Amino acid sequence: MGSEIRFILNDDEVVARKPAGRTVLDFVRRDRRLVGTKVGCREGDCGACTVLVGRRAEEGRVRYRSMTSCLMPLGNAHGAHVVTVEGLNVDGLSPDGLNPVQRAMAEEGATQCGFCTVGFVVSLAGFCLAAEEITAEEAVAAIDGNICRCTGYKSIERAAARVSAALAPADVEERVGWLASNGWIPASFVSIPGRLAELGASVPYEGTASGTGRRGSVGGGTDLWVQRPEEMEGAPVDLLLDDPRLRGIREEGGRIVLGASTTVQEMRESPLLLRLFPRLKRHLKLVSSTPIRNMATLGGNLVNASPIGDLTIFLLALEAELLLADGETRRRLPLADLYRGYKELDLATDERVVSISFAAPGGGTRFNFEKVSKRTHLDIASVNSALRLEVEDGVIREGTLAAGGVAPVPFRLPATSAGLAGRPAAAETARWAAASALEEIAPISDVRGSAEYKRLLLRQLVYAHFVELFPETVPVEALL
Amino acid sequence: MRNIDSAGHLRGESLYLDDLPELEGTLHAAVFGSPVAHGRVRRLEIGPALETPGVVAVLTAAEIPGENQIGGILPDEPLLAEDEVHYDGQPMAIVVAVDEAVARRATRAIRAEIDELPAITDPREARRRGLLIQPPRTFSCGDVDAAWEDCAYVVEGVAESGGQEHLYLETQGAYAHRTEKGGLRIWSSTQGPTVVQRCVARVLGLPMKEIEVDVTRLGGGFGGKEDQASAWATMAALASLRTARPVKLVPHRLDDLRMTGTRHPYSSDFRIGLDEDLKIVAYEVTFHQNAGAAADLSPAVLERTLFHATNAYFVPNVRATAYSCRTNLAPNTAFRGFGGPQGMFVMEAAIAAVAERAGVEAAEIQRRNLVRVGDTFPYGQAVDEPTAEATWDRCAERYDLAGLRRRVAEHNARDPVRKLGLAVMPIAFGIAFTKTHMNQASVLVHVYGDGSVGVSTAAVEMGQGINTKLVQIAARVLSIDPSRVKIETTNTTRVANTSPTAASASADLNGHALVRACSAIRGRLLSLAANELGLEAGSVDLREERVVVGATATRLGRESLDWESLVRAAFFRRVDLSEHAFYATPGIHFDAETEKGSPFGYLVYGTAIVLASVDRLRGTYEIEAVHVVHDVGESLNPTVDGGQVEGGIVQGIGWMTMEEVIYDEAGRLRSGALSTYKIPDVYAAPKRLEYELFETESGNGAVYRSKAVGEPPLMYGIGAFFAIRDAIRAASPEARPSLVAPLTPERVLLALYPQGERATEAAFAEGEESPAEVR
Ligand SMILES: Cc1cc2nc3c(=O)[nH]c(=O)nc-3n(C[C@H](O)[C@H](O)[C@H](O)COP(=O)(O)OP(=O)(O)OC[C@H]3O[C@@H](n4cnc5c(N)ncnc54)[C@H](O)[C@@H]3O)c2cc1C
Ligand code: FES
Ligand code: FES
Repeated sequence: MGSEIRFILNDDEVVARKPAGRTVLDFVRRDRRLVGTKVGCREGDCGACTVLVGRRAEEGRVRYRSMTSCLMPLGNAHGAHVVTVEGLNVDGLSPDGLNPVQRAMAEEGATQCGFCTVGFVVSLAGFCLAAEEITAEEAVAAIDGNICRCTGYKSIERAAARVSAALAPADVEERVGWLASNGWIPASFVSIPGRLAELGASVPYEGTASGTGRRGSVGGGTDLWVQRPEEMEGAPVDLLLDDPRLRGIREEGGRIVLGASTTVQEMRESPLLLRLFPRLKRHLKLVSSTPIRNMATLGGNLVNASPIGDLTIFLLALEAELLLADGETRRRLPLADLYRGYKELDLATDERVVSISFAAPGGGTRFNFEKVSKRTHLDIASVNSALRLEVEDGVIREGTLAAGGVAPVPFRLPATSAGLAGRPAAAETARWAAASALEEIAPISDVRGSAEYKRLLLRQLVYAHFVELFPETVPVEALL
Repeated sequence: MRNIDSAGHLRGESLYLDDLPELEGTLHAAVFGSPVAHGRVRRLEIGPALETPGVVAVLTAAEIPGENQIGGILPDEPLLAEDEVHYDGQPMAIVVAVDEAVARRATRAIRAEIDELPAITDPREARRRGLLIQPPRTFSCGDVDAAWEDCAYVVEGVAESGGQEHLYLETQGAYAHRTEKGGLRIWSSTQGPTVVQRCVARVLGLPMKEIEVDVTRLGGGFGGKEDQASAWATMAALASLRTARPVKLVPHRLDDLRMTGTRHPYSSDFRIGLDEDLKIVAYEVTFHQNAGAAADLSPAVLERTLFHATNAYFVPNVRATAYSCRTNLAPNTAFRGFGGPQGMFVMEAAIAAVAERAGVEAAEIQRRNLVRVGDTFPYGQAVDEPTAEATWDRCAERYDLAGLRRRVAEHNARDPVRKLGLAVMPIAFGIAFTKTHMNQASVLVHVYGDGSVGVSTAAVEMGQGINTKLVQIAARVLSIDPSRVKIETTNTTRVANTSPTAASASADLNGHALVRACSAIRGRLLSLAANELGLEAGSVDLREERVVVGATATRLGRESLDWESLVRAAFFRRVDLSEHAFYATPGIHFDAETEKGSPFGYLVYGTAIVLASVDRLRGTYEIEAVHVVHDVGESLNPTVDGGQVEGGIVQGIGWMTMEEVIYDEAGRLRSGALSTYKIPDVYAAPKRLEYELFETESGNGAVYRSKAVGEPPLMYGIGAFFAIRDAIRAASPEARPSLVAPLTPERVLLALYPQGERATEAAFAEGEESPAEVR
């Protein structure tokens, strides 16, 4: 067990004797004076602080993902390769000192005040290193967590398109080697897999002895460092993100089991889940942004207990069940029973979520997720909702409706869910379900919308579920 | 030419305030703000904060050596509140500590005992109570009261536009340290170095000469750092003075949002009258500007609202009255457009409303009433170019307005869910500071012995590309390669009495002054060259770094006479290689007694077509396309100008759609974080954005005829509001969406279904079984 955080920062091996709860942002800017990484919000919402984090993956490779360093606890860098813009600059190859990503942005006029720019460069580098599909669309998707107030984005989109076009010949098998030998990234990237293996970080990081009291569970940190940043710096933490026992997505005896530390992005990339939920990619694109999805865990989403947590709503409709562990003591709990009141949980102080499981969808399963927020992407829902139906011969055998933003807890609507059974997959059922749902909910007016709006919106989202799931039998005109 | 800062920005090597290397012993400050929006202060308990380990000082108003006053236009704003507080977050004390986190944490140990008074957030209520920043102002022309008689259509209504956070990606900030003999040097993230200098001098009781302000660049300003950078710089300066240590004050984003103001929200009443031919005969408007708790720049912003009350239209009979209302919000301030967008929005709302009444397309009315040469605006300035109509017609032709409209109708007939809407948005925006005396600038140019050139001006680089344009201008006048020119930091010891970088006017003012300075040096060098060559003055010229006679290069002895040898010769011949030059915009004037004059050097025109789609099921929308023809005169840098067009449009769309500043009844900001205040992301930008930089022949006062471009494009964003509104009406012809911006998804859905979900329950009651039975 170690109390040192070991990782590679750009080209340097680092042994940090700092609290695990210090943010990577403060570490690089303050402790290392790498001031290329900027501070825009410290809330994960602007992307100015984006860094790449490479972790060892299958076949001795390193898998890079973008993350907002303002919310990333230093402890989660243990064993990883952390890359800031300083580690992406390629010197001595071109007269302007720019790598192809940077040059594309310069040529398209994609930088004005420049404060956001580094974040975009890093996110696009992440695309170059890790994208499975090299398309302009995916290049733009890589910058969905970066806010720019000056350019209006069009020039950045053009630069992203250029990057993806120039990347087309890249060898997919040997991407890092190709990028390094073509001057996209420093040559030192090539040796990183070997260096990470030798880092001695196989000893898991055990957290600092500093601070007393209970060690709190930490997943990706995307909630904790927004809610309690100052407290977290010195807090004793139990880092769960890399715990192999909490990871993985598998099918077990007709159930789908997701480790609690599975990230949203990992769900979005899981072949198993994509097979079962063909629209999953689209649905999960509505959850936060690429760098946040790269950090945010399922366990964190559920335990955070936000009444509008997207994954929570998703899983409530799937009638998911939790496996909880407190030391050796284990128990199972239906997800819906976890929530007792606003941010009040049926979870003991030292209890951890180990995994979440739900019955594998069958041939008759229909599932849809809807979310409306002020800004479509990188925003918290005004109302979100998921509907799962088991349909046989045009008749609903049973189903569950869940909705967020309409109650003090993420809400599984019991009466409406129960009443779905036996009804036809038709517009009249949509109307009935909406009306029934409105009887069950009690939204409050807040910054995400008035109660009146949230009620109307839930009705519309229930309609949208039916229109999406039954385009043949539920003509949209019937619900307008 | 690319932005000269691109490489530094892209490599992360450009330095912003918080990136400067720290001086030994630097302390960090955080600000304690009032916990309530309005009240009388009984006691401020700073003891526990002072005892926090790591805290070096806690400063209150009592520590201020000079005047506790930072108001620029009116003296109505203390740096630190004493007896009363007027908005939530109003600075009351400064905590200075060894690091930022300690300072911030210690602010929570401060207790303010305050007897709360009612908070006013609504400008109309403030007006009712007589809480005005200044007496109301009225611009008028013709005879409005008599004109209604001649109108075939008269419509009146209410239009409201909301606040807008600047959301410069770099927050406010300053870094101060003492220099010898009791002076201070301050690095500040400000658009107005002299504004900061004046403010610090006043509060610290020092002459301006003791205060040096230096600005490298800003990570965005948008008006938010024109006046409101001063408080932060002054607090850092005060802290440095009192602790005798360097002090950095960079507020956390949450403090920045809470403690600084936004674009002014407006609530306005309008009445518009048209004749049978759809000519606007009369327009009457009353603006209620929500100024917040102090004047700040509100009177000047209000004035520009009045200037642009009729946007790009000629209206013979106008009465526009504006009230600047004092409320208990953080003082609102300059924001790109400076009151102009708020005025134009009401005009466009009035046109939309009367178009509905008359049963015609708004565009019919808009096109027919655009200003022509010889028309005058209500404040007296005459229109001297045909560009309003020219850009409209060019835009309609180039982007096929008629075809677009047809395709929208066809699509809407086909698609029951996704409805398209279209709007056209013409603009006319005056260029100059409306306070005539501010239209001045000076520069200082040094040519060094090796032929490289250093340029200091009053302009601050904040992403708008001013430094690139200044390099181009210097290189052009001196006939040298741009790489020889460096733009220095903006510094009050090199260039004094600067006007802030604002009003889109900086390239003009500083550019003209730079032309003068460089021309003077060029003139001296050419006379020297003629002299050396034994030729007549005037017969030699400088071209591409060479002294030429006609087209032939010249030689001096064995060497060809190029830029470097010429400069060397000048040095040895004791010719002055430096120049200070000054420029004041000629011919502009305005008389506030009569509210008439010709305050602008010129106007910028343009037209945008905006296409939006609304999802009728969910109430969400997208901006499908924006097509623009934008008047540039003759662009000095199409990349930079195009960037301003694109960026301005998206910012304007944000203001009109998703950016919603929300206060609760107690005057607390509810949208005070990036998680609750949303500005456009990459997916919220228009899917297509095309523009043409429209060149004109008419003379204008711009430097090299390249018109100012910073602010005007923002106002095209207003078109997004009306395009979405058009789509709502396509979805639901009986919908009468109110004229309240921003048009959030909430407002859209509620407009689409005016009975709300009550209709659902009614349907439910008829015939369906009740959920109680199912339960
Ligand atoms: C910019 C931004 C955008 C966001 N957008 C969205 C969005 O669109 N939709 C959405 O739903 N959420 C959103 N979130 C919220 C957040 O990202 C998610 O809730 C995320 O899933 C939290 O996971 P985490 O691992 O980062 O949580 P952490 O911050 O690590 O933990 C959150 C809580 O869960 C506890 N916890 C974590 N793991 C376990 C475990 N295994 N057992 C027991 N307790 C545990 C922690 O102790 C803590 O109390 C956003 C957050 C940010 C910063
Ligand atoms: S600083 Fe804004 S996302 Fe980290
Ligand atoms: S260039 Fe200024 S925020 Fe993007």
